[in-house]
This record gives sequence, C-alpha cells and structure tokens, in this order.
Amino acid sequence: MAEAESLAAFQRRFAAALFADVGALAADDVAAQPGFAVYRNTVMRGALDALAANYPTVVQIVGVAWFEEAAAPFVRMHLPREGSLAGYGEGLADFLAAFEPSGDLPYLPGVARLDRAWTESHLAADAPVLAAHELAGISPQALLDAVLVPHPAARWLRFESLPAFTIWRRHREGAPTFDDLAWQGESGLVVRPAGEVAWQAIDHAAVVFLDACAQGLCVADAAERAEAADLETASTPGAWLPALVAAGAFARLEGQTR
Amino acid sequence: MAALSAGLGLKAEHYGDALACRAEGVWFEVHAENYLVAGGPRLAWLEAIRHAHPLSLHGVSLSLAGSEAPDASTLMQLAALVRRFEPALVSEHLAWSRQAGTYLPDLLPFPRSAEALATVCANVGRVQDALGRTIALENPSHYLTLDGHDWSEIEFLAEIARRTGCALLLDINNVYVSARNVGLSAERYIDSFPADRVVEIHLAGHRADARLGERLLVDSHDALVADAVWALFQRFVDRAGARPTLIERDAELPPFAVLLAERQLAHGRLVASAPVAA
Repeated sequence: MAEAESLAAFQRRFAAALFADVGALAADDVAAQPGFAVYRNTVMRGALDALAANYPTVVQIVGVAWFEEAAAPFVRMHLPREGSLAGYGEGLADFLAAFEPSGDLPYLPGVARLDRAWTESHLAADAPVLAAHELAGISPQALLDAVLVPHPAARWLRFESLPAFTIWRRHREGAPTFDDLAWQGESGLVVRPAGEVAWQAIDHAAVVFLDACAQGLCVADAAERAEAADLETASTPGAWLPALVAAGAFARLEGQTR
Repeated sequence: MAALSAGLGLKAEHYGDALACRAEGVWFEVHAENYLVAGGPRLAWLEAIRHAHPLSLHGVSLSLAGSEAPDASTLMQLAALVRRFEPALVSEHLAWSRQAGTYLPDLLPFPRSAEALATVCANVGRVQDALGRTIALENPSHYLTLDGHDWSEIEFLAEIARRTGCALLLDINNVYVSARNVGLSAERYIDSFPADRVVEIHLAGHRADARLGERLLVDSHDALVADAVWALFQRFVDRAGARPTLIERDAELPPFAVLLAERQLAHGRLVASAPVAA
C-alpha cells in the first residue's frame, strides 16, 4: 500500500492545480473532478473582486472585462500575502505600466496610483489632524526649526507630464469626462481629515515639501528643498503651506524647542 | 446579555440601516478580516454598531486546517479586535487557505486524516490561546470526493471540540450543498451533529453551477435561503432548541429590508421552538 500523502503535500498539490492550465488537471484525481472548478473560480473571483474594489476608478475607465483580463495575471504573480484583502493590490499600478494593452492609456498607472492612495488613506491609522490655530502661537523661527509630521492617512503624488489627478478626480466626483484637459503634469493630495477620504490638487513644490517632511527634515530645510526643486513656477511655501495644513496633511508639529 | 436570536451578516452598504435596526434579538456578524485594518471609517462604523448591537466576528482566512500555522501577527491583530469589540461570538472554518505564505481566498478541503486532526487541534489551540476565549468551528461546503478520510466530518468536528474545548457552528446550507454534491444524507447529518456543542447556526442561499446545473450546487451566498435548507433548520431546532442563527448574504446584496424580512422568518422559528431539556 502506498504511503499516505502528507497534509502539506496534499495542500501543495491542490494549490498548484488551482492555477495550472486546465489541460494539466486530467491526471490529478482531485483536480480532475468537475467540482474542482468551483475552487478555481472562487479563488480567482475573490482576488479579482478585491482588486476591483480597491481600484474602482481604473475599472470605471477600462470596464470590468478589460480590468479582469489585465488583473488575472497580476493575481497569479502576486497572490495575497495577508488574509485580509482590504489592502490587496499594492503594485498594480507598476504592473499596469508594464502591461502592453495599457499603452494607449498612458494615464492609467497614475489613476491606479491614486486609487491605491485612496485605499491606503482609508485604512490608515487614526490620528488627530494638526489644525492651523495650533501654529498661530508659534514664533516664525520656532516653526522653521520644527518638523511637520505628515498625517498617517495623507498621501501625495506627482505626475510629471500627465493630468492623471484631474482624470482621477473627475471620475471619483461623478463627472467622468476627458474634455478640456490640460495635458500637462500635476500633483495631488489625498487626506482623511474627518473620517472620510478627501483630495485636492497641490503644487509640485508641495509634494517635494511633504517628501522632505516625511523624511524628518525641519520646516526650513523642507521649504528650501521645495523651492530648489520648483524653480520654474518659483512658488514659495507661503503660497501653498496654509492649504496643506487646512487640508489635514499633518498630524502634529514636533521638536519646536524655542 | 440578552439572548441572541436571529442575526444578519453586515456589509458596508447597510451600516446606517444596521445601526438604526431595532428588531428584537438582532445581532450582526462581520468577516473579521475586513476589520484587520489600522484605523479609519470601517472601524468607526463597527464601533457605532457594536454600541447598539451584539456582534459576531467570523474569520475566513485563519487556515485552521493548513499545514502552516496561523500567522502570529495576524493572530495578534485579531486578538486586539476581539479585545476592542468584545464580540458575543467568534468563529472560523474547518478549512485551509494559506500555502507558502500566500492566501488563496477560499475555504479549501483536505483529507480528514489523523495528521489533519492533530494539525487542526494545534491551530485551534493557538487561536484560542491568542484570543483568550473559545471559538466556534464551522462545517464547510464540499464539492469534491477525496481519498484519505479516516474520520467522518461529524466525528472529526466532535473530536476537535473534545480536545480543544472549541464550540461548533452548524452551517445548514453547507450541509445541504455538500450532501447533494457528494451524495450523503443531509437529514442524517443534521440528526447526528453534536448539538450540545453548537453555539451558532448559519443559513444562506446557494446556486446551481452555471455549467453542470443541479448536479453541482455552489455555496454562493447570493440568494434567498432555499426551502430545503429552511426544512433542515426546522429539523435541527426541533431536536436541539434555538441557537443564534445568522442569515448570511455576501453577494447580489438586496435592500436591507429584504434581508431583515428573511431574518424575521428565522427569528419567528426560533421564538416558536420548544425549550429543550439540557
């Protein structure tokens, strides 16, 4: 009598058959049964539905059929690493960027990055939002020396040459039109100031500033980096920092010693 | 705590309706995984609903029959969720889904061998130790005939309950679907299920397979509970008495009122059930 298959061996064989070509299943006494298709369908369906839920704007633009054709190979290459699928799909934007049929939709990876930013913001840790009045009593020098800590639910993205943020926000806001787009780069901020995710366009310089804040640079150094990076429009922090604070981009001010 | 009667699976679309619901004995069950998140509106909604109603956390991915032990950090997160929300019920499935560190989003079958029994018992023990409470283990749906079973499913579940102290969750739609798919008697299964261990019942809809039709029923949770499943429910309640009973709906979500009406049917049968001597 043959030695019984171990549980681990059975599960390896079963898992491999879930993604094998249908033609390869006939030789397997388990996978060859008609009911095995239920598991193949359910596993792929569960992963695709989770991706579609996390990339709703991409689905809105390309349609369900296109999306699932693109996402199925992503699922096979990147099975969920957590039992919770709430945050499943990190990296889909890069995958779409390399996916040949998205060549006609150059803004699609950017839209996917914004959908991802929305999901990350939605699921991020709760934290108080730094309010403008909390900065009112602080001397200018003390503010320059302190560190503005980005809110855990804040995400910021820069698009070099495409209006991905405007395309994304129009779809999210129920006006999904490509008319009257200025085909140039732009930046966007996604935040969760009061329970719900919100978004707004921001200056490129503000993205550089937020990156520097996230690295722990003080306000003075972050502002210097932002100004140096954005010589074309030469915007100064005074032009956009109050808006970042008002939007809820920061959790707190740290290290104001003077 | 007031006795739980019939409850409803809770989806985000129905947060507001659930919060306002005043049905007698109602409670709500969520998939624990959907709330294993750092923060945000999901947890805020769950907190509000928990404030108004008893809650049940139903896990779908602990992979208790997996040869890989449940992920320790996930167990810590789940324990934190249990501490925060103090659910009346916590449950999982007699199934596996984790393989080589990845998750296959389904409830997968396995041969009920002596090795599998030891594995499941060890994993249930790990979960109960991490949570500081017992969990209920649910009978799964079957679509395959597997070799290598040393135990019947009922004997297997009863032995796990005996060794680990866990409770059982009887999913009557799963019983019906499995009995039809693999050729067993659903009535005999219901009659011999260890009723004294059952702390919760699941009722859900199923669907005939698109390709194979009635020869293969799929536990789809996308339709009303079938008459045959209601009959099996009545059969169990007549024998064992009332248990907290959930109407599960995960797809083709109807308006809340439709779910609540189906829930009222279960509630009515539970209220009408004769008390059973312990």
